[in-house]
Amino acid sequence: MAEIRLRNLAHSYSRSPSGPADYAIREMDHVWEQGGAYALLGPSGCGKSTLLNIISGLLSPSHGEVQFDGKVVNALPPEQRNIAQVFQFPVVYDTMTVFDNLAFPLRNQGMNEAKVLAKVNEIAEVLELHPLLRKRASNLTADEKQKVSMGRGLVRDDVSAILFDEPLTVIDPHLKWKLRRKLKQIHEQFNITMVYVTHDQLEASTFADKIAVMYGGQIVQFGTPRELFERPSHTFVGYFIGSPGMNLIEVLPYGGGVRFNETMLPLSPALNRRVAEMPGAKLKVGIRPEFIHVWDGPNEDAFCADVVHVEDLGTYKILSLKLDGQLLKVRLQEDQPVPQRQAYLSFPAQWLMLYADDILVETKPMEVQP
Amino acid sequence: MKVHNNKAWWLVLPVFLLVAFSAIVPMMTVVNYSVQDIFDHSTRYFVGVDWYKQVLQDTRLHDSLLRQFIFSACVLLIEIPLGIAIALCMPTKGRMASLVLIVLAIPLLIPWNVVGTIWQIFGRADIGLLGWSLNSLGISYNYASNTSDAWVTVLIMDVWHWTSLVALLCYSGLRAIPDVYYQAARIDRASDWAVFRHIQLPKLKSVLLIGVMLRFMDSFMIYTEPFVLTGGGPGNATTFLSQTLTQMAIGQFDLGPAAAFSLVYFLIILLVSWLFYTAMTHNDKTR
Repeated sequence: MAEIRLRNLAHSYSRSPSGPADYAIREMDHVWEQGGAYALLGPSGCGKSTLLNIISGLLSPSHGEVQFDGKVVNALPPEQRNIAQVFQFPVVYDTMTVFDNLAFPLRNQGMNEAKVLAKVNEIAEVLELHPLLRKRASNLTADEKQKVSMGRGLVRDDVSAILFDEPLTVIDPHLKWKLRRKLKQIHEQFNITMVYVTHDQLEASTFADKIAVMYGGQIVQFGTPRELFERPSHTFVGYFIGSPGMNLIEVLPYGGGVRFNETMLPLSPALNRRVAEMPGAKLKVGIRPEFIHVWDGPNEDAFCADVVHVEDLGTYKILSLKLDGQLLKVRLQEDQPVPQRQAYLSFPAQWLMLYADDILVETKPMEVQP
Repeated sequence: MKVHNNKAWWLVLPVFLLVAFSAIVPMMTVVNYSVQDIFDHSTRYFVGVDWYKQVLQDTRLHDSLLRQFIFSACVLLIEIPLGIAIALCMPTKGRMASLVLIVLAIPLLIPWNVVGTIWQIFGRADIGLLGWSLNSLGISYNYASNTSDAWVTVLIMDVWHWTSLVALLCYSGLRAIPDVYYQAARIDRASDWAVFRHIQLPKLKSVLLIGVMLRFMDSFMIYTEPFVLTGGGPGNATTFLSQTLTQMAIGQFDLGPAAAFSLVYFLIILLVSWLFYTAMTHNDKTR
């Protein structure tokens, strides 16, 4: 069990990287604390698997350090890092039985047979592999094989961390949910650091206490599912998390706030001060479809928007609106009246995020200073 | 209700004709020879299974059959492990990989009688590099007069000629194993031997099956190389089955016994190949 710290870590697959585009991982500092359940969330090709392989030692980073409990492990191969990793596609040793597969990592450590038997039985119990223990691994179905792969990772409870690289890709949807719960249980039971790579936000938020969102080779935000939802610190997080994603509107500053076309959005004095400090920055405002307030009728604070489309998704509706030429999505609860033709909107100040060059403009540090 | 449409037979016809011309007709010709005693095209007698009886009691054939089995067994025992070992050592990428592939392919591209000639000269004590060197070192070596020298030379020649085939087959099999298996094995702290035993060998099974069958059949029918190298000698020491058969059919013009023996020969190859196949695919079927 260990705390995993990444210091000034960067990785490029090209031997002589010439620019940021050549880096699969851009320089980052990050800490995975001992015993945490983490998800690494991001679209395909954002560097998630690269980062995972660097942690496990299958890849050696081109820059920076990987530390386990403060000890630099860059030079250690995976077999000496004492780490477990479960891959996207099941890997089983075909010629062995399920039991021998699960026992394999333990026997390689030189554990005595009595202890091996106890550990394998314990994990088989948790993963419901008991009826299969005597079967040969080559004759299993894809999801049974993946359970065996996971079992081989989970059976060693002395590991520094268990890394999962989209382990449920090949699993049936109804089993996915069950296995995710299982992993969570195992995490609570053994208190091992787990890092779970996925591109599915639902999977990430059901498994993890904290999610690291990766984009373009960088961790753009690290926080609880709620923080990611309520205060995305990067426009990508806003867009990637939530269904549908955050509404993002390009805006220009004016005296007391920002505007797009003829629509003025006043900002707090603190935000206005920050905007004034960043001339030339590309500004965007973002607001979640859930947080746009829809009034029942005209109101002096409300903007009037044209209804373009209503999508009924059962428990809620997605309203597509056009406000001053800008397309917006609004999420309506089932009991809310659905506006016809015209809707009256307002953007509550606490949910209206301002982004400069895609990074959230924070006001807190400014307000603390006298 | 099932509708029977016999027009589909027309689609099978081309294959049927092809197989008939390539296999069935020639084989039936042999069957025809094997049950008759033929003097010329108008004088022939039906002799039933007499030729078969004669052939099965012929000690000359027994001897060469035994030699043949020993030879094929040696070939498989040397070439299969050696081929796997070479494949495991081959570089996987870069210019070296291409170079090694080309070097390995060279013996396979040389015509068989040329292979025999190369080794015949190579092994000669007066002008051959191998023979001359060995004799200069004080090791008496003469494949033309010493039985074990002849055997070793024929074996080494076959190993030189055909191990590349096994190596190339295994190399392609090894390249087809996804990286993730090796990664998982490293994570599980598997030893190199365990990686070979539990990942590489099982994944090589299907190419090895092809390798074993090809090498068995080819070595069991070997003719040209030993014929050129030793002419079957000294004495009959390196006279293998196909050479005995050829002597019988063409040398003595005993077409009847030769035909009967060809069929027995064919059945032996079929039987042994079937045994190999069954043994190597046994696990897949029973579980």
